[in-house]
Amino acid sequence: MDLSLKIWRQARANEEGEFKTYQAKNVSPEASFLEMLDEVNEELNATGEDPIAFEHDCREGICGACGVMINGSPHGPQSGTATCQLHMRKFEDGDSITIEPWRATAFPVLKDLIVDRAPFDRIMEAGGYISVNTGAAPDANIIAVPKWSAESAMDAASCIGCAACVAACPNSAANLFTAAKTQHLNLLPQGKPERYLRAAAMVETMEQYFGSCTNYGECEKACPKNISIDFIAMMNKDYVRAQFFNMARQGQK
Amino acid sequence: MESSIYALDAKIPDGPIQDQWDQHKFATPLVNPANKRKYDIIVIGTGLAGASAAASFGELGYNVKVFTYSDSPRRAHSIAAQGGINAAKNYPNDGDSIFRLFYDTVKGGDYRSRESNVYRLAQVANEIIDQTTAQGIPYAREYGGLLDNRSFGGAQVSRTFYARGQTGQQLLLGAYQALARQIDAGTVDYYNRSEMLEVVIKDDHAVGVIIRNLVSGEITSHSAHVVVLATGGYSNVFFLSTNAMACNGSAIWRAYRKGAFFANPAFTQIHPTCIPAADEHQSKLTLMSESLRNDGRIWVPITPGDNRPANDIPDEERDYYLERMYPAFGNLVPRDVASRAAMRMLDEDRGVGPLRNGVYLDFKSAIGRLGQAKIEERYGNLFEMYERITDENPYEVPMRIYPAPHYTMGGLWVDYNLMTTIPGLYAIGEANFSDHGANRLGASALMQGLADGYFVLPYTIGGYLVDYLNVPPVSTDDPVFVEARAAVEEQTNAFLAINGTQSVDHFHRQLGNVMIEHCGLARSREGLETAIDEIREIRTNFWKDLRVIGTSDSLNQSLERAGRVADFLELAELMCIDAMDREESCGGHFRLEHQTEDGEAKRDDVNYAYSAAWESMGSKNAPLLHKEFLEFEYVALSQRSYK
Ligand SMILES: Cc1cc2nc3c(=O)[nH]c(=O)nc-3n(C[C@H](O)[C@H](O)[C@H](O)COP(=O)(O)OP(=O)(O)OC[C@H]3O[C@@H](n4cnc5c(N)ncnc54)[C@H](O)[C@@H]3O)c2cc1C
Ligand code: FES
Repeated sequence: MDLSLKIWRQARANEEGEFKTYQAKNVSPEASFLEMLDEVNEELNATGEDPIAFEHDCREGICGACGVMINGSPHGPQSGTATCQLHMRKFEDGDSITIEPWRATAFPVLKDLIVDRAPFDRIMEAGGYISVNTGAAPDANIIAVPKWSAESAMDAASCIGCAACVAACPNSAANLFTAAKTQHLNLLPQGKPERYLRAAAMVETMEQYFGSCTNYGECEKACPKNISIDFIAMMNKDYVRAQFFNMARQGQK
Repeated sequence: MESSIYALDAKIPDGPIQDQWDQHKFATPLVNPANKRKYDIIVIGTGLAGASAAASFGELGYNVKVFTYSDSPRRAHSIAAQGGINAAKNYPNDGDSIFRLFYDTVKGGDYRSRESNVYRLAQVANEIIDQTTAQGIPYAREYGGLLDNRSFGGAQVSRTFYARGQTGQQLLLGAYQALARQIDAGTVDYYNRSEMLEVVIKDDHAVGVIIRNLVSGEITSHSAHVVVLATGGYSNVFFLSTNAMACNGSAIWRAYRKGAFFANPAFTQIHPTCIPAADEHQSKLTLMSESLRNDGRIWVPITPGDNRPANDIPDEERDYYLERMYPAFGNLVPRDVASRAAMRMLDEDRGVGPLRNGVYLDFKSAIGRLGQAKIEERYGNLFEMYERITDENPYEVPMRIYPAPHYTMGGLWVDYNLMTTIPGLYAIGEANFSDHGANRLGASALMQGLADGYFVLPYTIGGYLVDYLNVPPVSTDDPVFVEARAAVEEQTNAFLAINGTQSVDHFHRQLGNVMIEHCGLARSREGLETAIDEIREIRTNFWKDLRVIGTSDSLNQSLERAGRVADFLELAELMCIDAMDREESCGGHFRLEHQTEDGEAKRDDVNYAYSAAWESMGSKNAPLLHKEFLEFEYVALSQRSYK
């Protein structure tokens, strides 16, 4: 199939960018979306134009490195699918496709389709862990974890950190990411001791970088791992409780 | 090939194998907690091995700097591991023990690994499960809330812990979280989008690294008391593999050129269950976890050339060839055995699918036995992944699979302390020549990476550091740093200056074709000789006709790849040299000249019970072979049989 691609080109972070149009000819329907871009890049290289920079690594939907806006939707038209898992059979011959980077103030464009998602790491550093030093752990079967709780924690922990949720949100909020990360740990008995400290620290760090959630729900639709916005409700509850908990803790000092 | 007369000293502790690790820990000098902050440690890589090591060093109080070329530690290739992680907890009460895990790993590796290291691995494996559970890894559970296990190839017990089909993801998140905690605590300085391009050596000791910032292009020097390489494997030398696109061998290759010995480069693993390529633009291959072989049955049509759809072929016209050839292990034979059997089916023109480049993995009887819901619970995400890629529903039609390059057992040679032949330079995880001998068993790489990072290196590193108390690291103004930086700058600019006509991928694909044909599932002296000639030719053309567009002072993905492929073009030759030297078949290394009458691998323990450690003699000369002779005191040498 033949396609017309409108792609965001921007040489560096502090330079202006613009859309440029490219023709992709003879694209195989078996090709993945990124393989289609590989072919375009081979052409560009041959004609002497700088290839399009885009981020990717695993190409199987697990590392979260890839992710672009395809015709205005994060990761494109197929639900529950990361950009790298999207195949060209989902498009039609003659289609025009607009490809641009995630748009959010917290994520400056570094080049073409690549953005800087470092604020996600800052949220994690604020409390996205269980404080257990290497070697200090008891036998793994000492604490029984109800199956539902392990499964639910796993649902949250499936987040790949791609940031499609932020890109989809009209407010550029990162609540779905932060909720997935807090609740993965808060749902497990092992995560309980730091539950409220974690919720408070991660939410407050999130607020330094991202907009506020007003319950549009676009994030859930865009998530390639179908992470549920129910986790946001759980996080909010933990966050509210954290305020009381922290007051109580202060009283003990 | 010339070989050195000096045996390598692996520094294996004395005494019975069960006591060696405890004794060694006791005998290794401790670094006083108050002194730990006086030591600088550089870790390259934030996969399972690197992130776990950096986090543990941070907790201990060392000054740590950690680098990754990714934008976040969570992206490392370890994230993609699906099936699980082994340990000898014996929770299912099916007869497992540390000794059995040790035994299976030595045997699975076809007797080409070091017994002492493997025993230690089996010993610390249980601690990994404790540690990661405490970190919040949502492992699969039984209804009673206790941990669930499943079985993997090469084992007759259930010892694999798993988190759906995303075990690597969960373990990496755990290690990344432990690392994030240390970054927050200020014990670890973290540098993302930073690629190590050189190890700096002074007076034969590793003293630091040269790093290129992948966004600004800036090249900087970093010094430390020790440097740890946790940079993963080199399966991407084959171009098409199951590894993430950026995986490469540059860090260990550059260490090799600086004097670190490279062991068993030809020991590569071709994984039997991957989705076959769909067309010639394919950029990577996707693994379907080996755990699927627990419930899936592998077959091809009995009649060559039979191209009826799978469901139209009646049972009596199917050849469940693994069950036929290996009745004891059936579909769960080790990877090398399963891969070669699949290759034979294709050679007999019994391949399936549009390009006739696969074999079937069929879940029909498992679905009949357990119900679709159970299969969905076990493998749901894998089935989904398969459907997305192939547009076929594996609940209804059997999956098509074929072997693909997946893991490299070879890597930098390390002693019992995980130190390379360059003092102060360590290698952990897939980057070292590891504990897997000539073949790695499933679910053992995650175990080894985390064993190295959490439980081995944090102890052994003290033995080297104690001598450097109050000795400051070498200044980055030292001539050794200035020269190393200049060399890196020169090479970076050299790629841009060629200004030829072909892209990096063009050469990489060519190299991959040569390697898969001659140094893949089956190897022969003649084929390897051809391969070496062809690799040299591709290398010459690469340096004449490469075109890298753009500049070195900005984000330039072609430039990054050029450096990696340039190194692959050299490493590939060493792989072929090693494959040629080893006149036997063992594990993943199958020499057509050395097979039994029924086509099984024929090992030669009299002449080849050694690890081959290659020393670089400069780019113009042949490398020098050093042999580490392997002794098998606890697992008697025997011909592997899975029949
Ligand atoms: C698809 C797939 C499935 C697998 N499933 C399993 C399984 O079920 N069980 C199992 O036990 N094993 C499995 N394996 C194998 C296992 O995942 C790997 O062997 C293991 O994760 C390697 O970990 P590592 O830490 O050594 O390296 P990696 O995870 O590859 O990490 C390497 C790190 O080094 C960094 N790096 C590399 N070079 C440089 C450089 N020059 N400069 C800066 N940084 C650098 C990278 O950024 C990265 O952070 C699987 C492998 C694949 C491909
Ligand atoms: S490239 Fe890893 S999720 Fe898409």
